Amino acid sequence: MPEVLVLRVNGTPLEVPAGVTVGVAVMLAGQPCRMSASGQPRGPLCGMGICFECRVTINGRPHCRSCQILCESGMDVRTDG
Amino acid sequence: MGSNGRSNFDVLVVGAGPAGMAAAARAAESGARTGLVDENFRPGGQIWRSACEDAPTDARHWIQRCTSAGVTFLCGMRVVDHLKPGVLTAELMDRTHEIGYQQLVVATGARERFLPFSGWTLPNVMGAGGLQAMVKSGLPIQGRRVVVAGTGPLLLAVAASLQKHRARVLMVCEQASWITLARFAVALIGQTGKVAQAAQLKKELKSVPFVPNSWPVAAEGNDVIETVTISRAGKLEKIACDYLACGFHLVPNTELAALLGCKLANDYVQVDDLQRTTVPGVFCAGEPTGIGGVELALVEGQIAGLAAGGNIGAAKDLSAESKKLKKFAVHLERTFQLRKGLQFLAKPDTIVCRCEDVSYSRLERYQNWRSAKLQTRCGMGACQGRICGPATHFLFNWTPDSVRPPIFPARVESLAALASHPEPEQQTAVGGH
Repeated sequence: MPEVLVLRVNGTPLEVPAGVTVGVAVMLAGQPCRMSASGQPRGPLCGMGICFECRVTINGRPHCRSCQILCESGMDVRTDG
Repeated sequence: MGSNGRSNFDVLVVGAGPAGMAAAARAAESGARTGLVDENFRPGGQIWRSACEDAPTDARHWIQRCTSAGVTFLCGMRVVDHLKPGVLTAELMDRTHEIGYQQLVVATGARERFLPFSGWTLPNVMGAGGLQAMVKSGLPIQGRRVVVAGTGPLLLAVAASLQKHRARVLMVCEQASWITLARFAVALIGQTGKVAQAAQLKKELKSVPFVPNSWPVAAEGNDVIETVTISRAGKLEKIACDYLACGFHLVPNTELAALLGCKLANDYVQVDDLQRTTVPGVFCAGEPTGIGGVELALVEGQIAGLAAGGNIGAAKDLSAESKKLKKFAVHLERTFQLRKGLQFLAKPDTIVCRCEDVSYSRLERYQNWRSAKLQTRCGMGACQGRICGPATHFLFNWTPDSVRPPIFPARVESLAALASHPEPEQQTAVGGH
């Protein structure tokens, strides 16, 4: 069994297998990664760090490309920042 | 903000995909002190992106060769600027790093081309390679309904990979016609490797309808995609799905080469038979010189690495093979050319620039990219036009402006670090936008 870790997405604890990216965690949490300039929900598009649609705030640092960052235990991920 | 580090190499390779790894291995084997920088946390690039244990044999082979030859891997570093001749600046999570080099190999690969259509901004509408990457990053896809659409050989590879992860691939929609695909198949005869690959994919996907002459017209859903409308042989068909994996072949990542001053021709970096660009000491290999696939990237990478490492004779020995493989690139380009009709998929209210939410109707009145940018902010968001640039090129025949540093949005701290660097020569102001 893969190791499991717990992070928070918009304050709600979420259990994920080790080795998954933050982008996947946000999708598992059923959340869009961000709201667009006109208020539309957006999720990952390119999966390779180019489109910036998956950007979220991680541990207070804004504009992190969630598809490029592995989940860490205790991470605080916000999609509303 | 951590302190700035510095590394120096005889040969620096940017991009650890097939071309970059082959270049780094051959340069190091030629005796050059070689560095390989890549923004991902593992080498392999997009095509070989995967956990080490299930990496393809080729990928393992080249990682092994790089390691044995003493290549220094600089993973998780994104090159953001060219400080001065012989020095690149890269950014890590919390600091910047300067990398000095004598010879540089640009192997920055390609990205998917996306075309705007109604609903393409809905969550769970992703690139074909995009969804595959997310699945490889841990997204559970078992039992989920996926429509794969767009154009290019990537579609079948993605469909097969998703199916291996137990997705329910409902259909593969290819905009190219049967006739062009048949011509492509004929052209492949004689390239045994490619025929075998195609046959293997077809076998794996025998239960999945592969539909030429078809493309997505609209994605519909409330918060995520729920259905996709497909144009199929002139008729519209609505399919319920959980994901639409949609990409229209590839566009080269030429931003770094352009920033370095390398000449581009027809959107690609211009190189000679030793992969030398028009800038002395700068080589380019793989997709930025023409979309040609893994085999060509490996050969071009080796040529560039050997030549950069001073082993010109061995580099020249590979040129016949490179020429042969380039023929495949020509067939690829011809076969997966976008049909004109796809220009009409974007409706007046369809978002074209996703970063700034600029719709088609706001753009169509402008003559060129520059005026559209200034008036609407199209292409001025976080992706710096990497997504809407190729789209507007297809929709309006606009060409992007010259590249300005930083080539990726950089942190304020990095920009400050760059600006504080003594700069002898005149340079575009860093962070000039």
